[in-house]
Amino acid sequence: MTARFAPGDPVRVRPGAKPGHVRTPDYLKGKPGRVETVLGRYRNPEDLAYGLSGEPERLLYKVGFRQDALWPGYEGLSDERLYADVYEHWLEPGGEA
Amino acid sequence: MSHGHDHPETATERATSPLAARVRAMEALLVEKGVVTEAEIQDNIAYMDSRSPANGARLVARAWTDDGFRARLHTDGKAAAVELGIDAGASPDLVVVENTPEVHNVIVCTLCSCYPRAILGRPPDWYKSFEYRSRAVREPRAVMREFGFVPPEGTRVAVHDSTADVRYMVLPMRPPGTEGMDEAELTGLVTRDSLIGVSVPRTPAAQS
Repeated sequence: MTARFAPGDPVRVRPGAKPGHVRTPDYLKGKPGRVETVLGRYRNPEDLAYGLSGEPERLLYKVGFRQDALWPGYEGLSDERLYADVYEHWLEPGGEA
Repeated sequence: MSHGHDHPETATERATSPLAARVRAMEALLVEKGVVTEAEIQDNIAYMDSRSPANGARLVARAWTDDGFRARLHTDGKAAAVELGIDAGASPDLVVVENTPEVHNVIVCTLCSCYPRAILGRPPDWYKSFEYRSRAVREPRAVMREFGFVPPEGTRVAVHDSTADVRYMVLPMRPPGTEGMDEAELTGLVTRDSLIGVSVPRTPAAQS
């Protein structure tokens, strides 16, 4: 399994809801960010939660988001970031320039 | 026993809240279905009770005094912990984020209460509160102010939302005025809250 994204790549979190146990928080859905690191491969928690094997494993990325793009009126420096761990199937190319 | 069970009374059994009642019911069902045994539950409680922020303080103090250890802590946090006799077992990977004059890190889990329990033990109650989980991401500076901490001017705040399979711990900066202190003394300066990032370690003056 090859990583679809590399550190520095602009990405966007997929919008939209998926029923059940999901590890992608709503406040990041549709938001642009940038890949910080590739954390590794893990069994898919969306399947594990229901007693399934969670395989094949999914790539997990640490993605950085500009805080002032997430929250209107954010108090802080202009280049501050929030980082979250997002599975590859929740990411698409594009997003933050 | 008056309530008809033949296992030792646990803390959850003594509690009377609706949540405790639900936990007891879940526990009874899981045991009845053979998913876990009472002994495994008791062993796990004992294991969690044996973990504490003191473990994190030892990791930090060693990293402050040993550059090689600090590098290994960054490469593989759990493996580095084993060097100090702290075995996190089959728990999730530990990623250590280091504070610098440029960046101050703070940890939250907005989805639930992910925390490096296998090393630091149970998280504080406020870490699991809706208030902390919602505010730490959108107004981290206001939250830190309430813990009595204001980052130095020009220091960026980085929030880490531990949403998935990695657990985070902050490696704070070594406080000024600690040049003459040994590892054991430094360990005493590291607080639980500084490992989460809502504040920083004590200074020698504040401790005495």
